[in-house]
Amino acid sequence: MSEVLIKPYQDAAVIQRLVSGARTIAMVGLSANPLRPSNFVGFYLLRHGFRVIPVNPREREVLGQRSVENLAQIDVPVDIVDVFREPSVVPQIAADAAAIGAKALWLQFGVVHEAGAAQAREAGLDVVMDLCLKIEHARYLGRMHWLGFSTGVISARRRPPV
Amino acid sequence: MAAPPRSFGFHTRAVHAGARPEPVTGARAIPIFQTTSYVFEDADAAAAYFNLQEYGNTYSRIMNPTVAAFEERIANLEGGVGGVAFASGLAAQTAALFTMLEPGDHVVASSALYGGTVTQLKHLLRKLSIDLTFVDPDRVDAWRDALTDKTKLLFGETIGNPAGNVLDIEALAHVAHDHGAPLMIDNTFATPYLCRPLEWGADIVVHSATKFIGGHGTSIGGVVVDAGRFDWSNGRYAIVAAPSPAYHGLAFHETFGMYGYLMKLRAETLRDLGAALAPLNAFLFMQGLETLPLRMKAHVANAVAVAQFLAADNRVERVRYAGLDDSPYRALRDKYLPRGAGAVFCFDLAGGRDAGRTFIAALNIFSHLANVGDAKSLVIHPASTTHRQLSDAELTAAGIGPGTIRLSIGIEDADDLIWDLKQGLAAVRNE
Repeated sequence: MSEVLIKPYQDAAVIQRLVSGARTIAMVGLSANPLRPSNFVGFYLLRHGFRVIPVNPREREVLGQRSVENLAQIDVPVDIVDVFREPSVVPQIAADAAAIGAKALWLQFGVVHEAGAAQAREAGLDVVMDLCLKIEHARYLGRMHWLGFSTGVISARRRPPV
Repeated sequence: MAAPPRSFGFHTRAVHAGARPEPVTGARAIPIFQTTSYVFEDADAAAAYFNLQEYGNTYSRIMNPTVAAFEERIANLEGGVGGVAFASGLAAQTAALFTMLEPGDHVVASSALYGGTVTQLKHLLRKLSIDLTFVDPDRVDAWRDALTDKTKLLFGETIGNPAGNVLDIEALAHVAHDHGAPLMIDNTFATPYLCRPLEWGADIVVHSATKFIGGHGTSIGGVVVDAGRFDWSNGRYAIVAAPSPAYHGLAFHETFGMYGYLMKLRAETLRDLGAALAPLNAFLFMQGLETLPLRMKAHVANAVAVAQFLAADNRVERVRYAGLDDSPYRALRDKYLPRGAGAVFCFDLAGGRDAGRTFIAALNIFSHLANVGDAKSLVIHPASTTHRQLSDAELTAAGIGPGTIRLSIGIEDADDLIWDLKQGLAAVRNE
């Protein structure tokens, strides 16, 4: 997919609102393997005070959190549905996310599906595509700059210690 | 609340990038964190930092907040996803190479490189059983012809030495990528103000920060910046993509994606080579970068004035500066260096070695020393110093004549520099 089709789903204002406002994140495809990227992200989000709900039918528990088989089994309000699955399942997850009243759909690196993203947006969800929730949190609120990564943030405002 | 997103200009980013106010004290200047190590909040935090599950400070051989601010600033200015700084430009280059190469690999490099780089590639890499081919940087076909199935890297300088070659970066990026290999560029002589190789398709940029980035001639340092675009999982770079035995089986490219190479460069190569940049030097480089665009404009304007003066003098055989309109590199300069061809160039005196020595001895403003990129103008006569052991024939093969003089033009008044050079030229004539 071309950059032109992804860019509308990488709005910096939407991203900053999500990483600073979200509390509960359902992670679809969260792996129990500590060397998998999804596990790194889940660990990070828990460490930064988010409630993480693993959505993985193959696990009973991931990172100490009880896992559910699908989004419909979640009985608390979900702010972000964060997706670590193959792109083809995005339309189904978008439908499930809308059905449970999730506020946002976040598609991780490589999880790119134009129709699925558009479908979620039409259902009223904020949508972010082909970006990492951990990195975007670390860019605006965390410590990504401690390791020499370019945050792109230019500001003379003082912020709280992290 | 968050400010609306904006693409800030180069001058703004040169002053601000990487240096938000320090959150605990409010210090506006970047503090010099002169510490070797960092107290962990608790055992869980320590484990998370060492596992790379959280961005955390552990030990200043691997990361330091002052150094990180410098890394972010230069990465921002080059348009990369991040940077890793080192104790010198050569250390940065060594680390960049060690992170992606294995014994049996092959590198294709420009033959018009800084002498220290030539030695590093020719001898250090060969000790590690990494093969090397030097090619004429001006012939794109020569680069393509040198490729083998073992070729893992193409490497050149934006502005070469001593002929002032301007590299056709975009063409070489295509050659590299068609071969499934990255293109690495030493951008020291251009700086990101004059050229940003990553925007032309290069994958990695290395710098000797010692030169124009600092600009003050006080600090030795280097940095590697990555565009974050190269696909290390293309099947040719197991050393980056496969589970790493040096980091409990972590697969850096899969786990960290566009940040994978830099993460490995820091967490493994910098950790193991140990060539960390000192926080004070990072602070001084930050001071330098604040004025980089202003200084580069002055460097380039002076360099053009001095080169034009020398080109018009009949005691000078030729001036090899891409900033002159009769340069064979004019078209490439207009494409890659529209703001100027830098401020380091060579010219040839009639009269050989003796004329070179006499010329330098008569100068008052130019400092006779082995560095470039200082705010102060510098001069060196390679045939009687850095290349002293070479015969005239060997000098010619290296592109250096017995009367070749290398200048690094500073930001003094151009009239004063020309006045000084006139004294040197007069001494040559009187001899």
